[in-house]
Amino acid sequence: MIVLARLTVREALRRRLLWVLIGLSLVSVALVGWGVSALVALARESGTEEVTIQLGVSQVLIFIAFMFSFVLAMTAAFLGSPAIAADLESGVALALLARPIRRADLVLGRWLGLSLVIAGYAAASGLLAIAVVGALSGYTPPNPFVAVLYLAAQAIVLLTLTLLLSTRFASVAGGAIAVVAYGLAWMGGVMGGVARALDAAPLASAADLSRFLLPSDGLWRGVVHGLEPAIVVAGVGGSPGAAANPFFAEDAPPEVFLAWSVAWVAGVVALAVVSLRRREL
Amino acid sequence: MSTTVPVIATSGLRKRYGRTEALRDLTMDVGHGEAFGFLGPNGAGKTTAVKLLLGLARPSGGGGTVLGRPLGDREARRRIGYLPELFRYQPWLRAREVLTLHADLLGMAGGAARARAIDDTLGLVGLSDRGDDLVGGYSKGMQQRLGLGVALLGDPSIVFLDEPTSALDPLGRIDVREIIRTVRARGTSVFLNSHLLSEVEQICDRVAIIDHGRVLAVGGLDELLGEPEVRVRVTNLDEQARAAMAPFGAATHVGEWLTIRPIDPDRVPDLVAAIVGAGGRVHGVDVGRISLEDRFRGLVGAATAAGSGAEPAAAGAPVPAGSEQAAPTTVHWR
Repeated sequence: MIVLARLTVREALRRRLLWVLIGLSLVSVALVGWGVSALVALARESGTEEVTIQLGVSQVLIFIAFMFSFVLAMTAAFLGSPAIAADLESGVALALLARPIRRADLVLGRWLGLSLVIAGYAAASGLLAIAVVGALSGYTPPNPFVAVLYLAAQAIVLLTLTLLLSTRFASVAGGAIAVVAYGLAWMGGVMGGVARALDAAPLASAADLSRFLLPSDGLWRGVVHGLEPAIVVAGVGGSPGAAANPFFAEDAPPEVFLAWSVAWVAGVVALAVVSLRRREL
Repeated sequence: MSTTVPVIATSGLRKRYGRTEALRDLTMDVGHGEAFGFLGPNGAGKTTAVKLLLGLARPSGGGGTVLGRPLGDREARRRIGYLPELFRYQPWLRAREVLTLHADLLGMAGGAARARAIDDTLGLVGLSDRGDDLVGGYSKGMQQRLGLGVALLGDPSIVFLDEPTSALDPLGRIDVREIIRTVRARGTSVFLNSHLLSEVEQICDRVAIIDHGRVLAVGGLDELLGEPEVRVRVTNLDEQARAAMAPFGAATHVGEWLTIRPIDPDRVPDLVAAIVGAGGRVHGVDVGRISLEDRFRGLVGAATAAGSGAEPAAAGAPVPAGSEQAAPTTVHWR
């Protein structure tokens, strides 16, 4: 498993996708930094109160995090969907699995290697964006490390889903399904929030079910909560519209949800193992 | 493992994909140090058989052992090399890194001995000077050589080679045959899947001829090719006189050539005497053996003459050396 995890990390580093993403992330952070810097300078020139500026920057930072969350979701799909499928298509899987390894080793090695890559990318790009915004505006979110952890966890959830799909579908098909599932889960979260604001219990239950099936949106709320200043939580929390806002989270995800997320990842990896084990090569 | 135990033993091995029977009732033994050829046209079931033997596919029926262990056993796979038919190694790895990866997967201890084994393997397959190149820049033939190297790494007890020369030019094929001979000289058993008759004839001791998932014949090359025939150029021999030659063997007559197959070589003078006695004028006599290709055509032709839809052998029924089974009718052969 470790041999294959190492191989997977080496592949990610040698192929261009990761370096292209890192390059684009640096460009994005530079552009965002320039934007935040200009915004803060204009606001200060016009005499806006510092508290208001900091509040504005905090919300801009959440939108930046959302952009990274989306990019990470796409990256997880691009990296995860060919993880097993490409090995099966190229015949590499035949050569590997004829060795004294179990099929589980291939799945776990791929998962571990790609999780390290995606978590590392999430941590680096997320913390860099937060640091640049902090340096240019003076605003630091309350829990930047927690937010980045949730960002990485969300990416790992999507990566795990694409890995499962990769044992059965061709690369492109698996990636497309994962992206659509991510979009649906996010919309499920939004609809659930609106349903709660409108006291529409059945719709809220359906949204909870979507979070149960794919915990990516629930983890996104953890990112938001880690970045949200306490003053915003105190001011907006509890209002009818707050729950409907996908860029606001009054509370951190409950522990039971975190436990479910861990179990979900473990369960889907186990399903991927079973799926590959049952597959005819 | 005792050398009296066959390296491969199967009994009634079957594989069905949906409604397609990819392999039917494969029963065979391969001995230590033997080169066994699995010969048949594309789609005959050769690759399916190898996948079953390696545990890459699950049998629908029957079973067997490789190196004395059940099919797919992990410990046995430590001593097995495999060259798949269709593969592309990771283009972003260097050849030496591909071999290192497989050394890791085999659990080969690191250090100088392993580095030497990798160097030796690169040398064996003629890639010493390209070992540090990216595989993505390799030609198909070089990929094939690398695949062969991967299969031979770690001094396996048996190697499964699935169409090892299919992508190679004639010189490359000669090289690969030499490599296989070198490996055999070390005592490694070879299981060779091929649709190339000449390749099997030059490399293998024993052959199974397979088509449409059914083994048509299994035996030593001497047994399969050993049926002598005699071709006699004869005139003035009417149909009744030709029919009188039947006791010597199955006869076919094309133009002036009368072919009797099989025939006991000691009886050739008697045959000639009988032809002359019947009024025939003998212009030439050619005693020889049939080629493997003719043998294959003969097997299929016999089944065709007997009528299509011949029943396969009963599950588990062994195919004795040199024996034949009824065959399906359509064969696409290069």
